Amino acid sequence: MGFVARFHHKMDLEQWTVGGRGFGLVLVWLLMAGEIYTTFTFLGASGWAYSRGGPVLYILGYLPLMYVVSFYILPPIWEVGRMHGLQTQADFFQVRYRSSFLAAFVALVGVVCLIPYLQVQITGLGLIVEVASFGGIDRTPAMIIAFALVGAFVFVSGVRGVAWASIVKDLLLLLAAVFVGFAVPRVYFGGIGPMFAALARAKPAHLVMPGATKDLGHGWYITSVLLTSFGCYMWPQFFAASFTARSGRVLRRNAVIMPLYGITMPLMFIVGLCAVLVLPDLGNGDLSLLTIVRKSFPAWFLGLVGGAGALTAMVAAAIQLLAGATLYAKNLWRPIVAPGMTDQQVARLAKIMVLILTSGALFFAIHSSISLVSLLLVGYAGVAQLFPGVVLGLFSRRVTAEGVFVGLVTGLSIAMFLMLTGQDPYRGLNAGFIALCFNFGATGVVSLLTPVRVAGFDKAVPSIAAPQSGKGVGPTV
Amino acid sequence: MKRPSLGAVLLGLIPFAATCFSVGLWDRVYPMVFGLPFNFFWLIAWLLLTPLCMWGAYRLEVSRGADDDRAGSGAR
Repeated sequence: MGFVARFHHKMDLEQWTVGGRGFGLVLVWLLMAGEIYTTFTFLGASGWAYSRGGPVLYILGYLPLMYVVSFYILPPIWEVGRMHGLQTQADFFQVRYRSSFLAAFVALVGVVCLIPYLQVQITGLGLIVEVASFGGIDRTPAMIIAFALVGAFVFVSGVRGVAWASIVKDLLLLLAAVFVGFAVPRVYFGGIGPMFAALARAKPAHLVMPGATKDLGHGWYITSVLLTSFGCYMWPQFFAASFTARSGRVLRRNAVIMPLYGITMPLMFIVGLCAVLVLPDLGNGDLSLLTIVRKSFPAWFLGLVGGAGALTAMVAAAIQLLAGATLYAKNLWRPIVAPGMTDQQVARLAKIMVLILTSGALFFAIHSSISLVSLLLVGYAGVAQLFPGVVLGLFSRRVTAEGVFVGLVTGLSIAMFLMLTGQDPYRGLNAGFIALCFNFGATGVVSLLTPVRVAGFDKAVPSIAAPQSGKGVGPTV
Repeated sequence: MKRPSLGAVLLGLIPFAATCFSVGLWDRVYPMVFGLPFNFFWLIAWLLLTPLCMWGAYRLEVSRGADDDRAGSGAR
């Protein structure tokens, strides 16, 4: 389906990255849903419900809130994007702060944080193939084959193909989630209500925070929900997805209805919670959904669920690859190494980067084993540090490039230090959130101490992408 | 950039208050509602109530003329 999308549109950098800025409500909705409901939804959420219990509710907490945040920040971001022909997140920092150095640093942060996220998808794919083949296919060759496919897909079709592939995977995932979420508790307990009643009798502490953990209590919940809902649209791929919209109003409507899509999430929790009673001795929580499906239904059904999960991982990975590769080529390589590159050359380099990023993430996925949620939390803590630069950049005239840079470095250092020394959560609070507070503080103080050179978005500044398709690019005042 | 209106921001704060800061009040198993533990029920309810709040904020922003653009086809 994605490959077909290619034939209807001439593929230049503008089409490949932002779909010519012509997506309406439905396509933007699908693209954003495609990005946000990843393998993590599928295996990670049920995995945490199984292994941690109550703390998994933070996912249900941040889901609607991240759309609330997007309601306020995406339409202005979109407007700047149209005004200056932006294609990537780093482009935004470039036009707001007029600093190629800051933009390149932002691109670097984005690409580095994307790697654990990609790794989530690859690891998920590997788990699916391993369980669905009853251990017949090894995880490593499965991951390699699947990722070769994803790489080829992105390489050829760009963002429009991905949006259409999203439709297929959303339908499959929705059907699988609804069926599994209702059928599994029915098989073992006679329904969702009786399942919760049984669990509340057997393990009441598992249903509230901190659940099966020692330190994921209410303080952790509040700080994690805040960090995640602020940080979510700081992922370069989500940020750039807003540029694909036809208007700012499309993005606002999207933000209003998106929380409804989160209704599949509690169904995933329910499957994981059933597994607590049905399969109490599972080593890896991330396997709980697939294992219980394998135990409860015929093999062909496991194949269907596995297929939906695999497609989800592949679509999400495709979007992440697209964003990461474009960021690298456009905002890191071109300004620093080869300023004379044309957009065609950037597009070619971005495609080569797709292959390099794929191999990199594959390498990490094969050589490490952490739970899916933990991987994602590391990436979130990093990428959320971009939040002050974006929000203050949009709504404050006093913030300076120096302030944003110092804040970013402060936040990243604190987050990495706390996480790498095993101190997350720190005193019951999310380490990334603590880092974000210091980041805001440092950004504010340094901004006040440095002179303002750029006080907002200047319409006179020419568009930074040389418009080639001539459609919807450049200033339209 | 044009900042969002106070009313729209206040409407957006409602879901934050209900699902984030107040966790200590609703993170409990009983009373179960529709067979769901109270905390599950509460958060699922807010998946449905958040769009209502944001729909209100949307109406406010649209009537204020925020993000007016070529493609803005709303009748209001």
